[in-house]
Formats: sequence, structure tokens, C-alpha cells
Amino acid sequence: MHELLEGLLLPSFGNEALLERHDGATLNISGAKLAFTTDSYVVRPLFFPGGDIGTLAIHGTVNDLAMCGARPLYLSLALILEEGLPMETLRRVVESMRASAAVANVQLVTGDTKVVDQGKGDGIFINTAGIGAIEHGISISPRNVRPGDAILLSGDIGRHGIAIMATREGLSFENAIASDCATLWEPVKALLDAGVEVHCLRDLTRGGLSSALIEIAESAGVRCAINEAGIRVREEVAGACEVLGLDPLYLANEGRFVAFVPEQEAERAVVILRNVDVSSEATCLGQVVNGPAGLVTLRTQLGTERMVDMLSGEQLPRIC
Amino acid sequence: MKYVDEYRDPEAAQQYLAAIRGIVTRPWTIMEICGGQTHSIVKYGIDELLPNEITLAHGPGCPVCVTPVEVIDKALQIAAQPNVIFCSFGDMLRVPGSIHPANANGSDLFSVKAAGGDVRIVYSPMDAVKIAQQNPDKRVVFFAVGFETTAPANAMSVHYAKQNRVSNYSVLVSHVLVPPAMEAILASPTNCVQGFLAAGHVCTVMGYTEYQPIAAKYRVPIVVTGFEPLDLLQGIYMCLLQLEQGRCEVENQYSRSVRREGNQPAQQLVAKVFRVVNRKWRGIGEISHSGLGLTADYADFDAELRFGLSQYRAQEDSECISGLIMQGAKKPQACTAYDNRCTPDHPLGAPMVSSEGACAAYYRYRRLRNKNLVEGSGV
Repeated sequence: MHELLEGLLLPSFGNEALLERHDGATLNISGAKLAFTTDSYVVRPLFFPGGDIGTLAIHGTVNDLAMCGARPLYLSLALILEEGLPMETLRRVVESMRASAAVANVQLVTGDTKVVDQGKGDGIFINTAGIGAIEHGISISPRNVRPGDAILLSGDIGRHGIAIMATREGLSFENAIASDCATLWEPVKALLDAGVEVHCLRDLTRGGLSSALIEIAESAGVRCAINEAGIRVREEVAGACEVLGLDPLYLANEGRFVAFVPEQEAERAVVILRNVDVSSEATCLGQVVNGPAGLVTLRTQLGTERMVDMLSGEQLPRIC
Repeated sequence: MKYVDEYRDPEAAQQYLAAIRGIVTRPWTIMEICGGQTHSIVKYGIDELLPNEITLAHGPGCPVCVTPVEVIDKALQIAAQPNVIFCSFGDMLRVPGSIHPANANGSDLFSVKAAGGDVRIVYSPMDAVKIAQQNPDKRVVFFAVGFETTAPANAMSVHYAKQNRVSNYSVLVSHVLVPPAMEAILASPTNCVQGFLAAGHVCTVMGYTEYQPIAAKYRVPIVVTGFEPLDLLQGIYMCLLQLEQGRCEVENQYSRSVRREGNQPAQQLVAKVFRVVNRKWRGIGEISHSGLGLTADYADFDAELRFGLSQYRAQEDSECISGLIMQGAKKPQACTAYDNRCTPDHPLGAPMVSSEGACAAYYRYRRLRNKNLVEGSGV
């Protein structure tokens, strides 16, 4: 994906907004500052503990806007339905989208529906695009990340990845692990309302915490030095990772983000985040330091330091 | 998390390190057998915490790495056939086969899957049997690789399939055994290993009595060791204490899982379904009596016989030194292809793609740090 972006898409379409490599584009239109983003949702299974493809399609796009520091306002919705999809399934997904949009306080204002032949789709594919209003004067972008910045993490990691994998593979754990799928505008708004000088925000989706940090370290030309002690993983997620040989740093999340703020604002920002439900377990994860560009290092609890690498392909369960 | 957090406790780790520093008087080389132990060591930087006198040599215990390239080729050929569902542990899907005309669909199982082959990742061989029962019109093959650890579950799948007449199920077997590989390392004229950390999971199944003749014959201490940082530090301490005291015994650090006699029902099942055979180890060569094959009673479930695959000797990349790495003679950075012509995206050898491979561990946890920090600006 990373290679596709750098090797094909950016060279083909490169423009100022796109080259920011941010979750959404920041645009000035007739004096109004807007954020614009789009995302497509293909997930198997369609339903999983804690959410479904509908909740993902709303929260995912809302969160991309929030990561631009924009108040999410309007979404478009495009449905690609496979012939033979039970109407009841579609109703459930639409109801999830309605409920999620209500929570996120966004309106679906335009849309499209296409039907493809049986076998040509995976039940439902969804695309949503979103527009949000940027109502503050701060520039939130990887290029504003600088040595000395504190890296904050909004909560425990890995729940969405394990929830999906457990449902997909029919793995049962003593306690079902629910996805962390949630809207992230509220904690971002809290930071901005309090006047925290946010340098960059990034939600942790596919590729997990490690990919988010590596991408920002690459874009900003810095090194991210993080502490294992700042990473929270629910006991049941940690257990599933132990059994399957997976690393929580690479697991997908749908309701977590990292924030880069000036060092002197870190403590205050963590307190602000902890006052919001979805980020009540926020921690200070580490610090931005001088190069090498693109490197993420992790100080283990034993006091040693190792690099955190970009994953080559999907994480695969080990043999024994 | 219970049974994990207490084995990663920083204070206890410092106490073991102090104890290790307190008894070491001269250089020693200790080999950890299992690839899972290697990954833990590199991930937590345990080798960097040890005094300079102690060198950890990484051993051959990565099931993915030692599976011969010819067997990978056979898996690719079977998986590409119509009406076949090829089931495997996920780790095997990225392992490169040889450049062989029969592998028209590509050089690993992922490529075969991308070209339309029905390749499925399973978590247990019993899942593959279930798939066979659900798809009676398909031929379902499970890739039965691994050490003594995976042998009981693989044996169970074959035994169950025979009992329940699941005739469309078969296994492509490439099982290997730890003790003959240890003997091969110790018997080598260039051997530098003076003590072993035996693999805790293997010994959970097999117990550790079979290591006693090896310890006595080659005068090496062998400590059955777990996989968490404190397990490894305690195992290293126990091994070091024996070396310093001139003892060569088999000791059990991983007593919360390993019993002297092992898991006997599991051993009995393995002995019923499998027999000991000579096996080729990728990068190392053939080792006598070092593997398992199906017994005559279960030969009907042998995928090699069912698919009539011919035997041949494949060419491997001559630059890959995985054999030397798996015998502890070289570290991954000593390979001229490491991190340039050999990467996880374009591997020359299996240790670069396996989650238990030494090359993958160094690449994943140390690559840029070594390049940019240790040699350059410093951490």
C-alpha cells in the first residue's frame, strides 16, 4: 500500500494538498477552511463484536476529518451491493450508519447505489466521503512535527484487529473482545477548545500504531522514540496475541489516535484527553527526536531499545 | 497479564543479570535452540544486556526455515492443482520455493493463492480435517511441518481422518526432530557451542530424558528453557553456572510447563502415526534419523504418494548462508545479501520470512538501528 502510494499515486496526482500525506486534504475555498476526505470499506465479516461495516464507514471518515482538526459536517454514501444480499442485512447496516451518524453529529447529504452480479462483490462495499469545517488557526500536519514534541496515545490498542480476526476465523475467547470503533472528534475538539497547540494527529487504523508512527516519522523527517510502558493493551487482547503470535503494535484500531504536541503541553493535554470517555486511558507514549528520518524506536521495559518496523504484508499466525 | 507480566519484570531481570555478571569468569558460547527464543532475545535485547563474555548463538529451531526447498516446491505444485484446498499454518505462505519449471504460478504459496489456488491459513490441522469433511468433492491437503511440538496435533488429524474415513484428507509431511540436529552441530569440527538452551515447547511434548545421552557424550550442559525474558535469563544463568562449575547436566528451567517424561499420550499418538526417518534440513543437508514420516498404517494419507510427486534436487540461491546462521556459525549481518538482495519482501532464504527466523528478527528489530545509530550518531 505504502509502495503504491509513493510509487504510483503521488507521482501521478501530486499536488500541494495530496503531498501533505495526511488523513484528509485541507482546502481553502472562498475564504472557508475545509477538510475533505474519502475512504472505502471492505470488511469480512460484515458484523463483528462492537460494530459492523456501517459503523466503520461512518466513524472512519468522521475520524479522518477529526485528524485534520475539522468539525465533521457532511458525508456522502456510496453503496456497492452484491446481488442476492438479504434485505435484512442491508437494513441492519443502514441502521448502524444512522445511529453512528447521529452520535458523530454528521448528516448524510448525497449518495449512490450500484448492484453487482453475484460473486462479484463481498456482500456490501461502502464508500463514504466527508467534509468538515476547520474553525481554528492551527495547522495540523505531519510537517509540523518537530524534535521535542511529545507523542500521546489516546488509549489501549489492538481491540479492533482481534475482534475482526476472532470473528473471521471462528476463534472463541472466554470473553468476546469488542472493537474499539468510535468517533474521535470529541477528544480532538477538547484539545483544540483548550488551546493546546496540536502539531499533528493520526488515527490508528490498518497497520496499527507502528505504521502510523513510521509514516509520520518519514513525512516529518524525524525519529519517534516511544516507551513500551506507555502502551496499554487489554488483558484479553494481550492473551489472544500471545496465543496467535501477533504483535499488538501492528493490530488495527478504529477508535484510537496519536497526537503530537509541544513537550510543555504534554501533561495538560493528557489530562484533557482523560476527561473524554473515548480517550480516558490516554498516555504519554514518547518523544520526537532528531533523525534518522522515518525511524521509530521502542524502549522496552527491560531498558533496551529496538526499532519498530513497517510490517511486510499481513501479520500471520505462527506455527508454535 | 497472568503468566506473562511476571516473566517480563524489569527488576527481576536486573537481579538475574547481576547474578550472571557475578559468576562469569571467561568467554562462553551458548546456543538457544528455538526460533521463538531467538525472537524474544532480539526483541527484548537480552543479548545486549549480557556481559561481553557470553555469546548467544542462534540455533536451528525454526520449523519454517528448515523445511527443505523441495518440499516447499511440492506444496506449491499441489496447491496449484484444481479441486485442491491446500491448508497451512500462516507462517509457511511466504517461504520461497526454488525456481523450478513446475512452479509456474510463482515462488510462494501467496503467489499460488493470488493466481487462483485455494490456499487457506488454518490454526490447527483439525480445522483442515473439518474443511475436508465440509468439501467431500475436493482434495484437502494439510502442510504438516514443524518440530516435536506440532507433531501430536498433526498426528491427531491423520488418526482422526482414518478413524472417520475422511478419505479426501492427506498431509504433506516434513517433520523434524531436535536431538539429532543438536548432535549434528556438536559433531561438526567447527562447532563453537558449549551449552544449550533446549526448546521449552518441544520438551513440553517430549520431556527431556533424550537429552541426557547428548549432554554426557559431548560434555555440554543443556537447560530446558522457556520463551519470556526472565525464562531466558534464568536459563542462561543455569547454563552458565554449569559451565563455570564444569558440570554437564540436563536441567529444567521451564518447570511450569515441562515434566521429565513429557506428555506421554501425545508421544504415544506420534509413535503410532509417525516413524523416524532421515530428513534433509534446508541449508544444512540430510541428517540421519532426524525427521518423521507416516507409518505404513497411515501411508494412505501421504499427499506425496497421492499426488505422485517425483523426487528431485532443487538449486538454491548460493549467496544465502541460512545453514551457517541456523547452526550458530554466523550472525545474519554477516551475510552479504542481508538487507540488500535479501529482505522480507524479496527473501533469498526462509529465515528472512519466518516469524521464528533469525534473519527476520535482526531485520525487524535492529536493521535501521544498527545502520544509523550504533555505527552513526548513537542512541
